[in-house]
Amino acid sequence: MAEIAEGGGGHKGGKKRAKKQSTRIDMTPMVDLAFLLLTFFVLTATFSKPKSMELTFPAPPPPDQKIEEVKKGITFLLSKDDRIFYYEGQFRAADDEKGTKTQIAELNFSKDKGGLRKYLLEKNKDMQTKVLALKAKFDNKQLVDTTYKRMVRDAKADKESFTYLIKTDDQATYKNVIDVIDELNYNAVGKYVMVDILKPEMDLVKEKTGTN
Amino acid sequence: MSKKPSKGGAPALDMTPMVDLAFLLVTFFMLTASFRMAEPVVVDPPSSIGKVDLPDNHILVTVDQDGRAFFGISNSSAKMSALRLMSAKYKVPFTEEQIIKFSGLPSFGVDIKDLPAYIDAKEEARTNFKGQRGVPLDTIIPNNQLKDWIAIGGGEAVKMYQAAKEKAAEAGGEFKAEKPRYAIKSAATTKYIFVKDIIKQFTDLKIYQFNLITSLEGGGTIIEPEK
Repeated sequence: MAEIAEGGGGHKGGKKRAKKQSTRIDMTPMVDLAFLLLTFFVLTATFSKPKSMELTFPAPPPPDQKIEEVKKGITFLLSKDDRIFYYEGQFRAADDEKGTKTQIAELNFSKDKGGLRKYLLEKNKDMQTKVLALKAKFDNKQLVDTTYKRMVRDAKADKESFTYLIKTDDQATYKNVIDVIDELNYNAVGKYVMVDILKPEMDLVKEKTGTN
Repeated sequence: MSKKPSKGGAPALDMTPMVDLAFLLVTFFMLTASFRMAEPVVVDPPSSIGKVDLPDNHILVTVDQDGRAFFGISNSSAKMSALRLMSAKYKVPFTEEQIIKFSGLPSFGVDIKDLPAYIDAKEEARTNFKGQRGVPLDTIIPNNQLKDWIAIGGGEAVKMYQAAKEKAAEAGGEFKAEKPRYAIKSAATTKYIFVKDIIKQFTDLKIYQFNLITSLEGGGTIIEPEK
């Protein structure tokens, strides 16, 4: 408590003196107000800055250039009710000499078994080991900052690693897309791209979700 | 003389340093805080582990749940010159007052024909403005105002940035401002196809880098785990 101005107390004896006026001010309300304002500004200031995720889209290739086929690809197909399907490699509408008809399997957004995170951990293991080894070297001061960053970038751009394709149908939400990109970022995936869904892929998803 | 034992009653505590500190902090936060006006729509973005702050200098397109697009530029002088150019292009006249008032507004989601009325409307009335159907981006009947806003607004913001940079170079001072970035904000529950439409407007203009606005979610990555 702040000092409270105390008026002249009872004096001994009957002598009457002019009351000594205290110059002390009760500061409690002012302090209350100051802290109230302080709390308000602290809270609003901290939470006002939104975070963001940087994303680069590929420039469309010149029309005369033949589109290079993705050799080692994993395709994620997002659909309604937060459902996510995937298949690996090229899409095949039917059995042919190179392989069998594409089947899609389901994943979920959880961190547990059968979840996207576990799946990516497994698929991306080689690259992660490399990146983590680099990180260990960097932590032991065997690498300088710029070299480390360049080497991580190179490791992520590894030709042998998977390229992830994200495709959505017309029911998938923005949150699903962000979640998938988030998981890819979490797992230090270097190559991913948003692509338009193809009709046969959409049919496969529809078969699974049971809608038209 | 020996100290007298304190009398009963309120114990005294000198609060002056505490008050000084409290007011110092209040002053600091008041001066650094930037107030924003209420956005025309409340959009609840999804969370991500992305840690990049939204750049201060940005061109923002907000997509709400119904796929309506809202457009905003953070740089108010770029906003004013963009409105002048748009006004000339679409032959919708604006008064000087309206242009100044417009520069203080956050993002908007109306057809340019309704924009004068929207600017003149009271702040409370703006949220329920009846023409608020989003900035048109129709391509069947060519009326793609959003694309023009992005092209013109983005162009002006870049021009302002260049001008400021040259000025700083002449004066020999250090140049700190950042290049304008394009940002997209959308509700978590928005269908992705709506966002895709917006992204298409950008990629058509050969803009391929965006910042997708998300709310912060805890957690690190494989390389840099959470501490």
